[in-house]
Amino acid sequence: MEVLFEALLDAFGLIIDLDPELRAIVGLTLRVTGIGLVLAMVLGIPIGVGLGLSKRIPAAGCVVPLIYTGMGLPPVVVGLFVYLFLSNQGPLGDFRWLFTPTAMIIAQTIIALPLVIGLTLTAIQSIDPMLPLQVRALGATRGQLAWTMLAEARLGLFAAIVAAFGSIISEVGAVMLVGGNIAGETRVLTTAIVLETRKGNISLALALGLILLGLAFLANLVMYRLQVQGASK
Amino acid sequence: MKHPLKLLILALLLLLTACALAQPQVLRLATTTSTDNSGLLEAILPDFEKRYNAQVDVIAVGTGQALSLGEAGDVDIILVHALSREDEFVANQHGTERFDVMYNDFVLVGPEDDPAGVNGMLLAQDALAAIAASEATFASRGDDSGTHTKERGLWKVAGLNADPQGDWYKSLGQGMGDTLRFADETQAYTLTDRGTFLALQDGFSNLVVLVGGGNIAENQDPALLNPYGVIPINPDKGDINLDLAQDFVEWLTSVDTQAAIEEFGVETFGQPLFYPDSQAWNDR
Repeated sequence: MEVLFEALLDAFGLIIDLDPELRAIVGLTLRVTGIGLVLAMVLGIPIGVGLGLSKRIPAAGCVVPLIYTGMGLPPVVVGLFVYLFLSNQGPLGDFRWLFTPTAMIIAQTIIALPLVIGLTLTAIQSIDPMLPLQVRALGATRGQLAWTMLAEARLGLFAAIVAAFGSIISEVGAVMLVGGNIAGETRVLTTAIVLETRKGNISLALALGLILLGLAFLANLVMYRLQVQGASK
Repeated sequence: MKHPLKLLILALLLLLTACALAQPQVLRLATTTSTDNSGLLEAILPDFEKRYNAQVDVIAVGTGQALSLGEAGDVDIILVHALSREDEFVANQHGTERFDVMYNDFVLVGPEDDPAGVNGMLLAQDALAAIAASEATFASRGDDSGTHTKERGLWKVAGLNADPQGDWYKSLGQGMGDTLRFADETQAYTLTDRGTFLALQDGFSNLVVLVGGGNIAENQDPALLNPYGVIPINPDKGDINLDLAQDFVEWLTSVDTQAAIEEFGVETFGQPLFYPDSQAWNDR
């Protein structure tokens, strides 16, 4: 219990001090998470809507279970693949992206993508199957149809974004592997927590954990507010 | 009718007691990744487990975490390599006593083309000073491990800040294998224990030993010696199996086990990864 109390004090101390190292870590965490999330949404939502709307994709019987499997993909495995591609010996080694935030964003996007696709797909599929027929009957184009479906499925979409955000901000194995946890360059909150635990600085590790939780709560609060506002319109 | 049932219950009870008696005792050992990753423990521990009907649970972490696990009383014994911190650990009564076990050495490794020109230097401190002067990339464990503790000491001896600042100095906060992998990928220098480097070097395309020579006899820098010590945890901390911990110390420092330590790795690497150094071994 004493450790928990110490951790709370440490957490407040770190936040009040605006410790420059912590600021860099939080800044990078938000940057990697934010860009990863936006990329996953930009790529994932159209794919999810497309799959959810099409009744006859040839490989649908395989593609959808594949995406559901991807939702449970161990992040470390993703990290390993990204690592192999970006390594000196890998096909993309010449970009020199390994051990940079770019590598971390690539890994996070890949981890979040199946979540966004899968949950979008389910949200679209859970809409009354009569709706697309009615919309089409009213003479809507394909784009207008997709937009109506998205508006109808917005709660499910919101869940997809929140789930993707949660998986990215809490991810540690892949970013450790491809980012390298370099102080001041690729260290994020989760890898800093692992490091401090390894060093035996349990209360500092816990304090960083509390800050991570606080950030996640704030982000979810903002997203929820936006969603409620959107719904009331 | 009732007698057979009673007999059955009695038999079951006896069986349970027998099982409980035969159940091995558990020794929780916190140690550094170098002893575990190298495969040493895997090679020598079965002998202890058989002799003492014990099971050793190995928790392989950095020296910093091993010490804090010991301090919290979450393990029975620690096997680590950071002499000054070990002495402090015992002085603070977290452990009963420190015993010498073995040693190996550190080497400075780096890219073959050696941009800082440190190849062949005899002292690590001179090499580090040259790396800092040329601002060649250096990868640090940065995790408070025994190796990191050694590295910080060497920077200080070289007349620099123990935690150098600058873009060329990368503090990773990762294990030895990860740090070596990083150095190999980014053409960086790093300090490593020879054992881990030998065990992993086949996977590297760029890294070579630049200071420290091909084996411990060629290492001209006494500052690069790396002694390992074993410390039973103070039983005052609660649920500590001190008896078994003491058995472990006796077994680990015995001439037989020390001989096994010296033999380990010779076949694979052409040289031992650890050199015996216990009192019993040196007195034999």
